[in-house]
Amino acid sequence: MEAFEILLNASFWVAAIRIASPLIFATMGELISERAGVLNLGIEGIMTVGAFVGWFTVYAGGGLWFGVCAAALAGAAFGLLHGFLTVPLGLSQHVTGIGITLLATSLTYFSYRLLLPEVTSPPKIEAFAPFAIPVLSDIPLIGPALFAQTPLTYLAFITVGIVAWGLYRTPAGLAVRVVGENPAAVEAQGISVTLIRMAAVATGSALMAIGGAFLTMSAFNSFFFEMINGRGWICIALVVFGSWRPGKALLGAILFAAFDAYQIRLQQVAGDLVPYQVFLMLPYILSILALIAVARRATYPKALMIPYQKGER
Amino acid sequence: MSGNKSLPAHFSRRRLLKTTAAASAMLAMPGIVGGARAAALKVAAIYTVPVEQQWVSRIHKAANAAVERGDIEYVFSESTSNNDYERVMREYSEAGHDLIIGEVFAVEDAARQVAMDYPDQAFLMGSSFKPQDDTPNFAVFDNYIQDASYLSGIIAGAMTENANIGMVGGFPIPEVNRLMHAFMAGVKEMKPDATFQVAFIGSWFDPPKAKETAFAQIDAGADLLYAERFGVSDAAKERGILSVGNVIDTQADYPETVVASALWHFEPTLDTAITKVKEGSFKAEDYGIYSFMKYGGCSLAPLGTFEGKVPDEAMKLVAEREAAIKDGSFVVEINDEEPKSS
Repeated sequence: MEAFEILLNASFWVAAIRIASPLIFATMGELISERAGVLNLGIEGIMTVGAFVGWFTVYAGGGLWFGVCAAALAGAAFGLLHGFLTVPLGLSQHVTGIGITLLATSLTYFSYRLLLPEVTSPPKIEAFAPFAIPVLSDIPLIGPALFAQTPLTYLAFITVGIVAWGLYRTPAGLAVRVVGENPAAVEAQGISVTLIRMAAVATGSALMAIGGAFLTMSAFNSFFFEMINGRGWICIALVVFGSWRPGKALLGAILFAAFDAYQIRLQQVAGDLVPYQVFLMLPYILSILALIAVARRATYPKALMIPYQKGER
Repeated sequence: MSGNKSLPAHFSRRRLLKTTAAASAMLAMPGIVGGARAAALKVAAIYTVPVEQQWVSRIHKAANAAVERGDIEYVFSESTSNNDYERVMREYSEAGHDLIIGEVFAVEDAARQVAMDYPDQAFLMGSSFKPQDDTPNFAVFDNYIQDASYLSGIIAGAMTENANIGMVGGFPIPEVNRLMHAFMAGVKEMKPDATFQVAFIGSWFDPPKAKETAFAQIDAGADLLYAERFGVSDAAKERGILSVGNVIDTQADYPETVVASALWHFEPTLDTAITKVKEGSFKAEDYGIYSFMKYGGCSLAPLGTFEGKVPDEAMKLVAEREAAIKDGSFVVEINDEEPKSS
């Protein structure tokens, strides 16, 4: 069967990992934020900011890694705004998050128009090129998929390792986890809940922005309006799919990306039999099914979306 | 205009002011003002996408050219969402613009209602529908550049070696479909048994996704891509295969891989409308024909870096068909159905 042969093709797995990379960054960002008890629906807008800032920094003459840092900083700034509104002020996290998405997206488009008023098509940059790791990239199937990607993809995987290690093996990670379960207990230890939550939201937002930057600096080499195209919302679902655990969330991101890479290829094999819309739906439908199967047992952070007021009972 | 040189130097500085100001300054010059027709037409455009988008960029370009000539004053709103479209249309109508251009593919009913409410203004809108009697001031256009797409297909047919062509589109709407069909008809002139992989990504603005889809088609054997979306030509460039452009000429960005492009020229459409509004003869018509090759509405981009690399046989057929299209002895079929993989 042709449909099955696709799965044995190395280029399919390469594509799956490539599609997964921006999702991995943003999912880790959302995960950190939610583990600290703050839902961040600003993700879609923050990814847009990251995509623009990273790309524009390089276009304006900065280095690629400098662009990534600039994107992260811009993301963190919006994270601090979201954090300020939801943590010390205790506003609705849903409403604030949507507001951040709208603000960040519009500000990005506005800045774009101010900075590039007279262009016919958005300028291109020299994006990250794939870098094959010697020996490892020669392993059949897995080699090209995991070890012949761009440096940003490697960074995505490293980020998962750091987040997992940080959350479960460091005092700061413990504080983040507890602040999402029982903030009063953290306060009792003399640690500021506000500080931990703000820091978690800012760090998470920085990662989301790098996820956005991946699209303009690695997957593609130019910035377009609306190019995030709902990827941020997918990451919200991936955090739930991963039961708020970095490893499982990584798996979810790769699974979703694999479905996406698969449907693109299936469209070529069976496109004359089934309407193309069905293929485009496929990754989402399969993800919902997977979500139902996996997330029913998920235990969400107990203090998620509950603002903490010091001294309040 | 010969008086230009004798004008004092500050005139050139004045040209740096807003184009509208410059246009009125020129009108004040003696010799140009000659009756009511000389007044610059007030034109407003409403786009649902940024002016960078290929399709809209052609309209924007034609409008700016008309401004340069002093024919019109031009203002525009970009990235107007469809649910806000009617309001913006009304604002421009209320402000007294003579001609309002735009794209109403998704807001057809609301747009026609506005046209009814402002019968004195002319509306020229990109639309998948035909002109109607109840809106005599509402004309429609679309990029009917199938002539150029067909010719680019002939070149593609000559250049593909394994006769397997990948095509990535946004959505299968008439405007996209008819160009794909014309392109495929062109390819078949050179390679009658060519196979086509057709995919749609369900978005107008997702170059990374378009690129991934193009990669998948290359993996499945395509050695030439039809680039309807941004991102496709990038995939072709990375894998070192050829691609054919659409609506705009992108060869400058991909000198090694973009072999041909079918260009859309909005100028004949807009200029006809401007003339008719000035004459007072603007009515509900289908301006689609002004995108046809015989009106200069589309053309094949110069081969540029591929000069001499396309087989003579193909270029001979292109020249032959181009002449036949222009004199009307050959008509490229207009097929709006959704193309399928073969």
